[in-house]
Amino acid sequence: MAKPVFVAWRDLRFAKGRFALMGTVIVLITVLVGLLSGLTAGLGRENTSAITALPADHLVFSAPADGRGVAFTDSRLPERTVRDWAGVPGVRRAEPLGIATTKAEAGSRTAAVSAFGVRPGSRLTPAPGGVGDGAVVLSEKAATALGVRAGGALTLGGRTVRVAAVSGAAMYSHTPVVWTSLGDWQRLTGGSGPAGTSDSGGRGGSGATGSGSASGASVGATVLALSTTGTADLTAADEKFGTKTVTTDDALRAIGSFTAENGSLQLMRGFLFAISALVIGAFFTVWTIQRSGDVAVLKALGASTRALLRDALGQAVLLLVIGTGLGTAVVAGVGVGIGGAVPFVLDPSTVLIPALIMIALGAVGAALSIRRITSVDPLTALGSAR
Amino acid sequence: MSLELTDVTLTYPDGGARLTALDQVSLAVPAGCLTAVIGPSGSGKSSLLAVAATLIGPDRGRVVIDGTDTTGLGRAELTTLRRTTIGTVFQQPNLLPSLTAAEQLQVMAHLDGRSPRKARPRALELLAAVGLEGQADRRPHQLSGGQRQRINIARALMNEPAVLLVDEPTSALDHERGAAVLDLLLRLTHQRATATVLVTHDHTHLDVADEIAEVRDGRLRPRLGARP
Repeated sequence: MAKPVFVAWRDLRFAKGRFALMGTVIVLITVLVGLLSGLTAGLGRENTSAITALPADHLVFSAPADGRGVAFTDSRLPERTVRDWAGVPGVRRAEPLGIATTKAEAGSRTAAVSAFGVRPGSRLTPAPGGVGDGAVVLSEKAATALGVRAGGALTLGGRTVRVAAVSGAAMYSHTPVVWTSLGDWQRLTGGSGPAGTSDSGGRGGSGATGSGSASGASVGATVLALSTTGTADLTAADEKFGTKTVTTDDALRAIGSFTAENGSLQLMRGFLFAISALVIGAFFTVWTIQRSGDVAVLKALGASTRALLRDALGQAVLLLVIGTGLGTAVVAGVGVGIGGAVPFVLDPSTVLIPALIMIALGAVGAALSIRRITSVDPLTALGSAR
Repeated sequence: MSLELTDVTLTYPDGGARLTALDQVSLAVPAGCLTAVIGPSGSGKSSLLAVAATLIGPDRGRVVIDGTDTTGLGRAELTTLRRTTIGTVFQQPNLLPSLTAAEQLQVMAHLDGRSPRKARPRALELLAAVGLEGQADRRPHQLSGGQRQRINIARALMNEPAVLLVDEPTSALDHERGAAVLDLLLRLTHQRATATVLVTHDHTHLDVADEIAEVRDGRLRPRLGARP
């Protein structure tokens, strides 16, 4: 079987300058897309990793106002609702989770942290045995930021607590997570149970936002982390308890900073994909026009249009594969080089998938451009036929 | 007959009217015969060549290539016929700039779905037949006009065509090189038993042709003479 890109491969080698220029553009766009993808994933992880790592399939929020979506900052679940959900058939576990952003101090160091209040022994924390009243589990970034280790102490919302363990890399809304007991979390938030900021320096987090649950009952948690069997009628339970249940993935949209940030970055990524397809399409449009004389000759010699299209598309895909391959290598190198200095995720989803999308969209752009091969008249090869 | 045109009429749109390029033209060329078709510019020579090359379908009449009546054939069938049965020598060499001399010929095998690598020996043999031994790896810009025209001829022969259509092969060559190219065409026509139609407005080398016909105003006039 003959190679499908006999002429195309030789064109690539012959017109080195033109293809090198285009290849460089593809490399640079791939680098840009790859870095943006890694950064988007990295920033997203710093926003959401504490939620995505929860051993739960659904999160229960207090029902939002009409026309609004659920939000961690608005959600407050009364203790009774927490108890009620635990009794819903098909719900294996319903773990209350309180969330508040506050300030932590250790010696001369301070850091904004997210306090995640859980029941002592809860499986929501990476170190279930560590959390208790007056005892916290720090994520590694929190420990690093505060310069404390297990056995040390820190001040959380004005109250001194002991560091029982340092474990996990949980981040929420760009702040490292400190796992506390629900009691400590309630004291931190003044018992009102907000998921919002509690940056008071005084005892009990007097600066906490919110003023209790909608029902006026004491707040038991910000959300409930559910593990279900799949048979639970969550909609009926929501109606009954005045809550709104979403999957853990959908719950990420309830983090305001993540939605805004991720939306902007994904838009930029989308534009880059579109730009790459257009640039590649424009290049191959010009290239196809330039070689329309050669195409006419090949058609006059008996080349089928299909073979010529295959040859031209093969050329485009070859260029795309080489360009995105080099670009991906650069991204991987940069990703390894920057290490933990910036939030950057280097994995197949941020490197290989964008590269494959680049190739696919570039091939579409090229395919639309080289369509004009079908309209090249072989008669023009004879020159003076008329 | 390897090439047979019977009562071929071809018209082009010309404003609101139709311009008759070929008017009931009949031509028969047997294998191993070089027929020169002469005529002034605009007389219909190239139209005749385009019809014979199946690049244009005539309005009326019949074109038979190596026993195949092209009337009613689809585009794909005509493409295959062009690839396997017809060799075309263009007025300009029309070589692909990215290919070497040998690859200009090998690409014909590629178009026919065969391995270009396996076709290289034949390409080298044909290059030798047109006097280009040792030039196989040169690209068009490294060759003279006469050498490029020889590659143009060798390429047309690569797939062993029954019909060879030659369009003004000497127009870009000086007298000496033009004569050499026509001698080469005649030799190859006889050696390889192709039915060769040579379209030219250059009357200086007509003595090499086996047959001569003249096109004027779209009509093929009676033969003027033939080589003894």
